[in-house]
Amino acid sequence: MRPDPMQDIAASFAGAAALIASGDPTLWAIVLLSLKVSLSAVLLATVLGLPLGAAIAVERFPGRRAVIVLLNALMGLPPVVVGLVVYLMLSRAGPLGSLGLLFTPGAMVVAQTILILPIIAALCRQAVEDAWMEYEEQLRSLGAHGARAAATLLWDIRFSLFTAVLAGLGRALAEVGAVMIVGGNIDGVTRVMTTTIALETSKGDLPLALSLGVVLMALVLALNAAVYGVKEAGQRRYG
Amino acid sequence: MRSILPLQLRDVSFAAREKTIIDRVSLELAAGPRTVVLGANGAGKSVLMRLMHGLLSPTSGSVHWSGGEPARRQAMVFQRPVMLRRSALANVVYALRLAGSSGSQEVAMEALAKVGLAQLAHRPARVLSGGEQQRLALARAWALKPEVLFLDEPTASLDPSARQAIEAAIGTIHAEGTKIVMVTHNLGQARRLGDEVLFVHQGRLVERSPVDRFFKQPGSVEAEAFIKGELPWI
Repeated sequence: MRPDPMQDIAASFAGAAALIASGDPTLWAIVLLSLKVSLSAVLLATVLGLPLGAAIAVERFPGRRAVIVLLNALMGLPPVVVGLVVYLMLSRAGPLGSLGLLFTPGAMVVAQTILILPIIAALCRQAVEDAWMEYEEQLRSLGAHGARAAATLLWDIRFSLFTAVLAGLGRALAEVGAVMIVGGNIDGVTRVMTTTIALETSKGDLPLALSLGVVLMALVLALNAAVYGVKEAGQRRYG
Repeated sequence: MRSILPLQLRDVSFAAREKTIIDRVSLELAAGPRTVVLGANGAGKSVLMRLMHGLLSPTSGSVHWSGGEPARRQAMVFQRPVMLRRSALANVVYALRLAGSSGSQEVAMEALAKVGLAQLAHRPARVLSGGEQQRLALARAWALKPEVLFLDEPTASLDPSARQAIEAAIGTIHAEGTKIVMVTHNLGQARRLGDEVLFVHQGRLVERSPVDRFFKQPGSVEAEAFIKGELPWI
């Protein structure tokens, strides 16, 4: 007799709940690695992306429009393509093969950084440019130009930029293609939440896959709530 | 230090999108009298002021300051002040740092005290009222000890009591030796704060005269029509 699919789903959920409640070390190791990789990528992409976005917003240079269109288009980079390119770069024969990064969490951080850098830079560029409309005359009158003006604007709209960083974080935590290719999904080394979900689903271990899915969504929700709270408080205080 | 005044405009024109906004204006501004730029909406007053201050570059003609470092020795207060998301004090300190001055905390506090904002120094600037923000903008400009202060309709969006506070502060700034150049369309304000009037009509400087004479005997039909239009009961 064929199993009842509804019963199957119910059993999977029950299994997932039990797994989460049990504090299974394998599960939490995977969760922790996911967080480490994606938060590192967000940190790097923020450090690089915010100044890049602000510079493009404030500076006038030939080809600026093309750069903006390109940057916006890169927000839609397919993770597998980024994974493939980083794989080629980091593989033994590749130009950065000597670093020995392939199939390590480091490679996963590199891939995710490349993936979300355009998101953070493009959203930042838009936010800074909108602010520049309001601030330009005042800042130029005070003598703030170029990098100084860009830095002032970044700091002044810091609460709006939280949204850009959150978009990057969401993308990094959710993607599977890039980390799968450059990390290799090695058990206990480079296995993160999304790659485990993909693998366990194909193997049929639905409770583990589902429990990771639940943890992943809860984490994303909690991080968004926390950042939103900080942003609200900041905006209320500074106007 | 050499004075940056007088400021000389020679045949200054400014066009945007094929439209002439300022049309061959020549004038000289010397230290001393408070200069009020008057004219109807769209006459080009604000653009003329931005050309003087260097926010806009003339399409033709030249804007010439006499000496020193003109960019550092002038300041401008806008109709709507733009405050940074930091404390009132930090906004003044920011301007001082940009101007290359050190030890700026005390100077900044002194400037805030002069406009009556010492109590609010540590409040975030953006949550201050409109009038307070404009006083803060004046303090920020004042702290720089500019030789010339440009004001573009500084009280246009304020209520009467806030306007009075701003006007009093402008009077003090002038008394301390700063040249005042102010755009307004408020004729009462022009009379209270002005020594001389530059009357701008359709991008041209039509008339320049002492404030009393401008209102009693305007020397041009355009100015006469403007005064009548603004003050129909005279």
